Amino acid sequence: MSAASSWARRATLIVGFVFLYAPIVILAVMSFNTSRLVSVWGGFSTKWYAALLENEQLLHSAKISLAAALTSAAIATLLGLFAAIALARFGGFRTRMLFFGAVHAPLVLPEVVLGLALLTCFVALGVGRGFVTLVIGHVTLTMCFTTVAILAAMRDCDPALEEAAMDLGATPPEAFVRVALPQIAPAVITAYLLAFTLSLDDLIIASFATGPGATTLPMRIYSQVRLGVSPQINAISTLLLALVAVALGLAALVSHWRVRRER
Amino acid sequence: MSARRRLSLGERLVIAAPYLWIGAFFLAPMLLVAKISVSQSALARPPYRPIFEFSDSLADIWSKAQNFTLDSYRALISDTLYVESYLSSLTIAAVSTLITLIVAYPFALAMARAPERMRPILIGLAAAPFWTSFLIRVYAWIALLKDEGLINNALIALGVISAPLQMFATPGAVVVGIVYSYLPFMLLPLYAALERQDPSLREAAADLGASPAQVFLRVTLPLSREGVIAGALLVFIPAVGEFVIPDLLGGSETLMIGRTLWNDFFSNHDWPAASAAAIALVALLMIPLLLWERARLREGERAQ
Repeated sequence: MSAASSWARRATLIVGFVFLYAPIVILAVMSFNTSRLVSVWGGFSTKWYAALLENEQLLHSAKISLAAALTSAAIATLLGLFAAIALARFGGFRTRMLFFGAVHAPLVLPEVVLGLALLTCFVALGVGRGFVTLVIGHVTLTMCFTTVAILAAMRDCDPALEEAAMDLGATPPEAFVRVALPQIAPAVITAYLLAFTLSLDDLIIASFATGPGATTLPMRIYSQVRLGVSPQINAISTLLLALVAVALGLAALVSHWRVRRER
Repeated sequence: MSARRRLSLGERLVIAAPYLWIGAFFLAPMLLVAKISVSQSALARPPYRPIFEFSDSLADIWSKAQNFTLDSYRALISDTLYVESYLSSLTIAAVSTLITLIVAYPFALAMARAPERMRPILIGLAAAPFWTSFLIRVYAWIALLKDEGLINNALIALGVISAPLQMFATPGAVVVGIVYSYLPFMLLPLYAALERQDPSLREAAADLGASPAQVFLRVTLPLSREGVIAGALLVFIPAVGEFVIPDLLGGSETLMIGRTLWNDFFSNHDWPAASAAAIALVALLMIPLLLWERARLREGERAQ
């Protein structure tokens, strides 16, 4: 490759990554700004982080969001695993097309439509809205993502291995748990993490599905943001970004370490 | 595909859990929305006139079905707010998709042509923002785009402009927000398509006398078509129904259907209108998907 094209490639990469990361970095820097104003640097301070710790409402919402994400991701991963098994191993069963379509539809459906549908359903059934309906909403939203993630891994693992295990006397559940599951375990973990982050971040489904007493963190952030840029929101945003950065860094290290060990 | 077969009891139990969930919390609610969209709006809780009761006999259902009204759909067509919202959603989503493609293509190309050991790191960095909060990434742009925001202040300090540019609360801000938020969705399929390409094809074209521009236009670009289409759909479809970006970055006159629907539901409590809008939106999104599917089927036939 010529020197000129290599130089152009580097410049493109730099511009691209600056565009992707600059807004996030600026937000993080601003969270340490003493001044309330975006454009004035008043000196370094952690006072907005200290203020967060005293913001009972925000802390309560963070707990709700965390609990909803942990629960809904677990249910969505289990349902996604079952759906993936059905689609990958049961061949052409009678209502496969309907099942396939229904499992994948929420992927392309705007969240406002899904939220509206869930709310009308809860109202029609006379169910009071709160934590339970929030979890139901998030499972419905994230289950299609977990299904897609696990299904891709199921298609990569050879059914002949499970058949061999069954020929040697394993029952179908045993064959699945002892042969297929270890192979798709990384995809199951990815699916859980994906569902977890989607639930933690969701504003729209939560606004429709939840009730008083179970206001999520994105809902609080959203109502604050509508009033304008706020230093406390910068601080909590930075904490959430740092959490993701640490998690991604750990994941990268683990996979790097595994690749090296396999060599 | 193997012939249809009967499932064993165990298999039925495995399939029952996701099936029941989807049926109860997705299919049934969607049917309910379709039903409400043909109901009359009412000042009650829930704010629509119920059509069927569980105790209805078949004859009741038939007589009540005569009360179906297409008023909400008629209102959709005659209400300029809705028509404008749909058109503006489609325009904003189309413009954003095009700009995302223009921004992402050189970026993806540079990643695909980077030294092989660098590629996993680059693709990891490009995908990482996908795992961070969407809401926060949109929020970060408010501080940049506002009248007293960073971009305006920097431009004034540099002497490029003397008065702040109105960027925040405009359709342009919504486009910037969509391009920024959905960039990873475009980058990944483009990268996958470009990385697969065999470098010897480009070398062959160059050996036969093609200029670098010709190599790009006649070899690289046509071979990346699948990636372009997949990326464009992954950006366009969610962008049409977007709510958060127009609500936070757009002005009150920036109409998008997701936002109009939200307001109709939460502020105006007009459930039949919101339901009709939702059904129409779903129909609108299905059209590009079906066209894509048909194009793919035709491609498959031609390949055989």
